[in-house]
Amino acid sequence: MRRPRTGLAAILPGLWLAIFFAFPFLLVARLSASDSALSIPPYAPRIDWSQGVAGVRAFLAALDGETYVRLTQDSLYLDAYLSSLRLAGLAAGVLLLIGYPIAYGIARCPPRLRQALVMAVILPFWTSFLIRIYAWVAILKPAGVLNAALGAVGLPTVDILNTEAAVLLGLVYAYLPFMVLPLYAVLDRQDESLIEAAQDLGCTPLQAFWRVTFPLSLRGAAAGALLCFIPMAGEFVIPDLMGGSETLMLGRVIWTEFFANRDWPAASAVAIVLLATLVVPILLFEREQAKVAR
Amino acid sequence: MRRGPSAFNIASVALGLAFLYAPIVILVLYSFNASRLVTVWAGFSTRWYVALFQDRQMLDAVWVTLRVGVISATIATVLGVLAAIALTRSRSRGRMVLAGGVYATLVMPEVILGLSLLLLFVAAGLPRGFWTVTLSHATLTLAYATVVVQARLQSFDRSLEEAAQDLGCPPWKAFALVTLPGIAPAVAAAWMLAFTLSLDDLVVASFTSGPGATTLPMRLYSQVRLGVNPEINAVSTLLIGLVATGVIAVYLIQQRRRPSP
Repeated sequence: MRRPRTGLAAILPGLWLAIFFAFPFLLVARLSASDSALSIPPYAPRIDWSQGVAGVRAFLAALDGETYVRLTQDSLYLDAYLSSLRLAGLAAGVLLLIGYPIAYGIARCPPRLRQALVMAVILPFWTSFLIRIYAWVAILKPAGVLNAALGAVGLPTVDILNTEAAVLLGLVYAYLPFMVLPLYAVLDRQDESLIEAAQDLGCTPLQAFWRVTFPLSLRGAAAGALLCFIPMAGEFVIPDLMGGSETLMLGRVIWTEFFANRDWPAASAVAIVLLATLVVPILLFEREQAKVAR
Repeated sequence: MRRGPSAFNIASVALGLAFLYAPIVILVLYSFNASRLVTVWAGFSTRWYVALFQDRQMLDAVWVTLRVGVISATIATVLGVLAAIALTRSRSRGRMVLAGGVYATLVMPEVILGLSLLLLFVAAGLPRGFWTVTLSHATLTLAYATVVVQARLQSFDRSLEEAAQDLGCPPWKAFALVTLPGIAPAVAAAWMLAFTLSLDDLVVASFTSGPGATTLPMRLYSQVRLGVNPEINAVSTLLIGLVATGVIAVYLIQQRRRPSP
């Protein structure tokens, strides 16, 4: 049989990702070393191609780390950085706690039902993210659905919109399908005879779960946690709509620097810092994916 | 894993689904509320739908969004199928590089993607507008399309394609005539997913769009910032209905194609 040259199929998507995904990061890195300026586009220096090599050299000489120094001087950036990591980490933990029983429950159902349940978990993900977060705003706002329901049964009302608790709730809600699916994938693939063997050897069902099922599902837990943590750390919509002005996250800072302050170099520098922080989780995620694919 | 579910299992799944669906159900219900207030139920009404269809700017945004979605999803699906072939079948070193790129796009925060694409378009001197959003959305959704097709290709029985090749079919033709029809439902699902993600995206579109190319999420976002508004509930309900119909249709097609166990 002739070996098909399947490697050729990689050329087009590879080129696309090189142009639209990898190369632009270099532009972000370059811009983060520039200064903001009152021009269009709003940054300096720009390469003066008409002067040839001298123009490039002048451009390189004008690049410095000034923007990064500025980031360390204003405590706003450090606060945003720390609260991004804290909230994303906390949300990943909560997601594990509530995602695991759901994934496990689905894996225990009869096959026909399992497919329908997986579908039911995915379906909300297909409906607009912005709209689902907006739905929470309508529920949580002071005169919203939740407080109307609490008031109707005589319970005290709660006011959590525009707090960190609301952001946490929003993150958990929006990313739950991303946690359940990888967990379900490993639990569903698990060999049932292992549990039977453990029980034959005298384990109670609970012991069998802790000693066999749970350790074997840790790979899915790691994949799910990374799949959620990485985008959550850069989340913009949820902190913007559900968090108050004091809930700063890096995604929101990048947005504000770019759109409100028109400070493109600062937005780029924050993006580079976020990217540098996420490189390790991204590499870990890719290693897990490569193992699963094999 | 094949013993029946316990009461605890059933409760966790039921609570989980309730958590996922409650906000959506509430949103849909209130789109039919006659009152402007969220807390007051003033009877069934379709006035917000009427108001929606008279909102010129909203309808323009819907039209832009649908065109961006169709074109970008098509580009993403074609590239995604190619990437999935390379990822599942090639043994070359380029495979790892491509896989790295695909999975990095999958998890990359959208603010970073949006900002970097904008800088690319500024550097290339492209005026921002319809096409820059479309190219950006193709990039954003490419990874999702790849993963969906890849999952199907991995479990697809290759012996039929190999048989076709043994009988003298060139490899590309064997793929097009045997494997492609077999993975068609996954390709359709990949397109649908790319389309909905494009329909849904606020962040990347805000960075890469320009005058005259305001997408629906951008329009919704500027309204949501002003407060809760029943007209948004109405347009959301229509969107949810549209997407849910499409997704369930694809699911049923896949179910029918699969031989029953």
